[in-house]
Amino acid sequence: MAQDIKSKFRWPQFNWRGAIAIVGFFAAWHFFVKLGVPGFKEIAAPFDVLQTFLTRYVNNQEYWSSWVSSFKRVLYGFLIAQVLGIPLGLMLGTREVFHNLAYPVIEILRPIPPLAWVPISILFWPTTEMSIIFICFIGAFFIIVINVHDAVRSIKNEHIWLAQSLGASSGQIFRRIMIPSVIPSIAVGMTLGIAVTWNVVIAAEMISGGNGLGRLTWEGYVSHTVTVVIIGMISIGLAGYLSTIVVDYLEKKMMPWRVVR
Amino acid sequence: METMALSGELVATGLRKWYHPKGQAPVHVLDDCSLNIEPGKLTVVMGTSGCGKSTLAYILCGYLNPDGGQVTMDGQLVKEPGSSRIMVFQETALWPWMTVLQNVVFGPLARSSVSKEVATQKALELLRKFGLLEFKDKYPGQLSGGMKRRAELAQALINSPKVMILDEPFRGLDVMTRELMQEYYIKLFEETRLTTVFITSELEEAIFLADRILIMGGTPSKITHTLEVDLPHPRTFDVLASERYLEIKKEALEVLYGDSMQDI
Repeated sequence: MAQDIKSKFRWPQFNWRGAIAIVGFFAAWHFFVKLGVPGFKEIAAPFDVLQTFLTRYVNNQEYWSSWVSSFKRVLYGFLIAQVLGIPLGLMLGTREVFHNLAYPVIEILRPIPPLAWVPISILFWPTTEMSIIFICFIGAFFIIVINVHDAVRSIKNEHIWLAQSLGASSGQIFRRIMIPSVIPSIAVGMTLGIAVTWNVVIAAEMISGGNGLGRLTWEGYVSHTVTVVIIGMISIGLAGYLSTIVVDYLEKKMMPWRVVR
Repeated sequence: METMALSGELVATGLRKWYHPKGQAPVHVLDDCSLNIEPGKLTVVMGTSGCGKSTLAYILCGYLNPDGGQVTMDGQLVKEPGSSRIMVFQETALWPWMTVLQNVVFGPLARSSVSKEVATQKALELLRKFGLLEFKDKYPGQLSGGMKRRAELAQALINSPKVMILDEPFRGLDVMTRELMQEYYIKLFEETRLTTVFITSELEEAIFLADRILIMGGTPSKITHTLEVDLPHPRTFDVLASERYLEIKKEALEVLYGDSMQDI
């Protein structure tokens, strides 16, 4: 029996199929460019991109400051959205009068895509930096508000009732029952929000930013330097991926009870 | 566990309740529903599913206000939930974000009735009694169905309630766990004589546990029949084979199905 268990031990599985697919992707890219497949004539080959990256970007201060600029905008926009959106969602979910007053306004503003806010935002805010952060904020704000609002409204009656029976005050019920009940939805709102924020920051930078990864990519296009465009795209992909890892980590910390058995 | 004084007489008179689902005609759930829960007895409320048993339980607990009639507990009018009447819900109501121990000490700490040390001590004693001591730091999601049920009993009993109201508590458990829990609860009851309202739709469970069965029926519902169950205590599953059990079961079936029984 012990032998059985031992022989069943497996190392964490390496995803061979995934690795093959990635290699295949780069190989296809390489050959399409080399063979001059229609549409690929203007595209840089992977090795050219790598070479440009290693020779001109790894030690380039300006490139890394693009990372910092974009990350800052995403972070500020995202954080302000959470800080304002979570309490607003809680208020909307718990206060009937406030809900009736404020919810229709949110319903009107919510379907407007964040990028449609760009012109107004540029006119309204004194600096470009603030307008980009504002647009990022818009991207994450409505998502978190709606998620928290819906979560509050679907808290199980039993969870509240039991606390009432046991003599909890309304403050205790709010802190110890309602807040934890909505944490899973806050987590969902954060996951969706960070993705939207990255989408939005890149577009906003292309339109109006003086720097940032979106700007880097756009400038590569304008100056017909396709290697730069591709370096920009890959950087954006990585930046989004890293943010998702951080958010996932935070979510696990927020919900220790969601551990696997 | 100390034996509790015989209190917890719950009397409902002339309860009426309508539900008003959005966009639909109001539903009349309870009409002129009266009952008397004797202290120190285990009263089973039985009825088909959807007949308003849970609604009745929520009113007894004070979660819902009746549209007519009233509930009194030891002569006092019931207006709101309180720790003298604690309910075990159909689906687990343990808070998933608290560990078992945190769930159990919640009541005493919320009311600041005792210090944290005393509450924890008492909670640990109860958890030991319920065989959950080694699971005290687990979250409810990590427990089996039967363990959740026992944790809920501990969470309720630490508050020394006068009445326990259990709303189909063992529904959804597998047959074996269910029987174990029935045995568990009857032992607990015999030990404490804690006034109990036990709601179920299963006749065998009802007879095995009850001192008295109230049968609910009609639309809108009320208590239509009362059956005294005089099976001896302490009760074990042996009673299921006794002559008296079969007589009571026959009587109950006759009440439940009326004359249609005779055709079978």
